Amino acid sequence: MAGNFISRGFKGRRRETDATLKERIPPGQYETKDFPVLSAGPTPRTSLERWNFSIYGEIGEELKWTWDEFQKLPRETVMVDIHCVTKWSKLDTVWTGVSVDTLLAGIDLDRQPVRYLIAFCDGGYTTNLPLTDVRGGKAWIAYEYDGKLLTPEHGGPARLLVPHLYFWKSAKWVRGFKLLTEDRPGFWESVGYHNYGDPWNEQRYAGD
Amino acid sequence: MERLNWQLGTVVEIRQETPSVKSLILDVPDWARHAAGQHVDVRLTAEDGYQTQRSYSIASPPEETYLMLTVERIEGGEVSPYLTDELRVGDGIELRGPIGGYFVWETNDERSNNSPLFLIGGGSGIVPLMAMIRHRANSAQTVPTKLLYSSSSYEDIIYRDELGRLSAKDPSLRVIHTLTRRQPENWTGYGRRIDRAMLAEIAWQPAENPLAFVCGPTALVETVATNLQELGYGPGRIKTERFGPTGG
Repeated sequence: MAGNFISRGFKGRRRETDATLKERIPPGQYETKDFPVLSAGPTPRTSLERWNFSIYGEIGEELKWTWDEFQKLPRETVMVDIHCVTKWSKLDTVWTGVSVDTLLAGIDLDRQPVRYLIAFCDGGYTTNLPLTDVRGGKAWIAYEYDGKLLTPEHGGPARLLVPHLYFWKSAKWVRGFKLLTEDRPGFWESVGYHNYGDPWNEQRYAGD
Repeated sequence: MERLNWQLGTVVEIRQETPSVKSLILDVPDWARHAAGQHVDVRLTAEDGYQTQRSYSIASPPEETYLMLTVERIEGGEVSPYLTDELRVGDGIELRGPIGGYFVWETNDERSNNSPLFLIGGGSGIVPLMAMIRHRANSAQTVPTKLLYSSSSYEDIIYRDELGRLSAKDPSLRVIHTLTRRQPENWTGYGRRIDRAMLAEIAWQPAENPLAFVCGPTALVETVATNLQELGYGPGRIKTERFGPTGG
């Protein structure tokens, strides 16, 4: 489409949105105050006794934390904006969890050939990310939302939080990372969604 | 993969389905065939260039010429009141798709077409399920199918007459309604929210390897998906699609 089509009679109701707010809402998104729940299958419920988080793959070692060990890692609380590919954005969401930098600190990544990761989850969900997108204070394994333990519908006990990408990359019920030298598509990335998912470039679907 | 481009469709018919729901029948030249269960993105553009987008499930089966979207008017929403109140036959509308490759049912899919289907919908969550039911009817499929459909009242049942017609002429399709808020006199169907007992009465046995599609508000989807698992359905056999209150 040339981009000059006008929807007859459409005015829209968000023009009063102030400019700073507008700068925080990526193209094609609208702000919501709710926290919608979206997932492709049933909500898994994992007991904390059985929960662990592991990092393995093409690195010759495996790191693993139980729930109790994970709770003893340094925690961070962050306030971030999140953007779902289904068009809603939610501003100033508050999460507490462990920075992925903390988890990767035990691996000498500069001496490893790995460049990508697949996050894997209870329920079988997966999503792929370049390692650079989860390092340098850009990603967390969050177990609290808004000061309370994360509920199962929103991904509890713990979910990946990568707020600079569309929210399907912030995998719910995450249980670990597999580190890889080559990129491999995850669940939504295999059925037509964009491989990277940058909301500011509106990378919703494959080919965007 | 090629980019999904914005396409211009034209409204050829508008059908009032219930007091708050309309179906828009669109002529979209060069529409790529979709699968039953997929959705489209709709984009509205104001004269000053302001744009906004929403996703809507496709109600029409893949084999039909025109594309049908069924839209529930959300009070205070930005897009659905435009689509249901303002849009007229002859107007253009921009959309791109089809989108979504998981919540889909294809009659030629080896993995699913021998499995009995259990479709569970709440309110406008019926829309993608209706595409499956229509697709199944058009392809003369007889895979045993049950639809459990929760509406707030009799007047709010979307596609009521068509569902009645289809199930009357097809013994392999059973449609079961529940009306949660208000029931007509002499109503013999269910009159409460979908719960464990209702699912246990209706659901196919897990041994029959059924495939379940659940679409509706979060609370309904959570209840149904959790209970189906407890009734023995594997998580991979329960496909869900959820609408928050943020349909817009």
